[in-house]
Amino acid sequence: MTDTTDNPYEGLYGGDASHWAFGTGFEDPLATLGDTRVPEGVDPRDLAAYAVMLADDALVLSHRLSEWCSNAPDLEEDVALANVALDLLGQARLLYARAATIDPESVPGVPDGSPVPAEDAYAFFRDAGEFRNVGLVERCDEDFADAVVRLLLVASWRLAVMERLRAGSDPVLAAVAAKAVKELAYHRDYAGRWVVTLARGTEESRRRVQAARERVWRWRAELGATHPVEERVAQAGAGVDPAAVDDEVDAVLRQVWDAGDLDVPPREAVPAPRGRDGHHTDALTDLLEEMQSVARAHPLGRW
Amino acid sequence: MRTPYEVAAAVTDPEMPMLTLDDLGVLRDVADDGDSVVVTITPTYSGCPAVAAMRDDLVRVLDEEGFDDVRVEVVLAPAWSSDWISARGRRALAAHGLSAPGPAPRRDGPVTLALTPTRRDVRCPRCHSSEVAVTSEFGPTPCTALYRCATCLEPFEHVKEI
Repeated sequence: MTDTTDNPYEGLYGGDASHWAFGTGFEDPLATLGDTRVPEGVDPRDLAAYAVMLADDALVLSHRLSEWCSNAPDLEEDVALANVALDLLGQARLLYARAATIDPESVPGVPDGSPVPAEDAYAFFRDAGEFRNVGLVERCDEDFADAVVRLLLVASWRLAVMERLRAGSDPVLAAVAAKAVKELAYHRDYAGRWVVTLARGTEESRRRVQAARERVWRWRAELGATHPVEERVAQAGAGVDPAAVDDEVDAVLRQVWDAGDLDVPPREAVPAPRGRDGHHTDALTDLLEEMQSVARAHPLGRW
Repeated sequence: MRTPYEVAAAVTDPEMPMLTLDDLGVLRDVADDGDSVVVTITPTYSGCPAVAAMRDDLVRVLDEEGFDDVRVEVVLAPAWSSDWISARGRRALAAHGLSAPGPAPRRDGPVTLALTPTRRDVRCPRCHSSEVAVTSEFGPTPCTALYRCATCLEPFEHVKEI
């Protein structure tokens, strides 16, 4: 193999420089995992669709959080939200890679000659209608209070789901969940502390966090609304029925509302249309247009 | 000639080069059947961007040592813990101005919500003062928090317990 240790700039000139477009290496991070067989009793198409749902939630929220980088109230929050975004991006990559090994037919087609791996095909070569994320993660933040209230809701719910998924029958999803639990625990703490800080801060910060919660809360009910795919995968022992964690999530959120001296908002009806069915707001279309622009303009990774 | 394990164990972490992959606890196994070498590593965090660099470094140094059939496998379970950082690794962190992690939290049952700042028994890696304050729970890499020493006034990174 070529020795690049003497000249770290070797890759900048000559040879095939395709890797500069999409990052270093096109390998599937899970391609080397030992046993990636699908557990018995689960429809592989369902299990792959389930993995994509969990991946889409993480990818879309990761992108929204990354928009705060250089825009947060202070440098520490820039760094914090970028860290949380990176964790979620990592979870999304592993889940996409798993979906591809379970059901290769679920991997979107890419333009001829494109070298991108499956995870990039899911992220960059699907339109909004093919995304299966919940509506809560795609909405635009109006201010920092929006960002921390939304992160509190998503992290509380995803942590509850992932805690159960650790015991699921799919060894890869269970392993992804075990890592995710450690990360989501501090995401939730971070968001919860900020919600309390804003609620108990100044008149203005309290007004802002209350307004943010009113805007965000209408998306809460969708988190506990079970999709038929989630139901089937959960019944087969490989996934988690989100309705089963609804009360637990409310109990966690109530601790934050109480600490912030905020009232407990009532349950609301599930908003329509549903993100898990591929129905989304314009916010997702706009997000994808930006996120996918480079990969779609240069599908071969060359310019 | 060094064994494949000795070669792999000496490869350093791309982001914290004072630590070897072995000291960091990322190197899980090195199997050598005489023809090929299989190195098993595990990422610290899900989003660890250094896995590809670790893999390339392992293949390169083993190739330089004469092992030309090398495969690097990534495992996710069991999930990495800061408890896996070796005693030598902890000394290396301190020698480079980073504070080593305390014991990782042990959890039985649901993860509890923590609305007050994380309390840690942290000392300044430069002057050993215990008069330190956290400035940010998040640092330049996912694994560190930022602290400042009230005695010598120097800022430092603390490797978080996970």
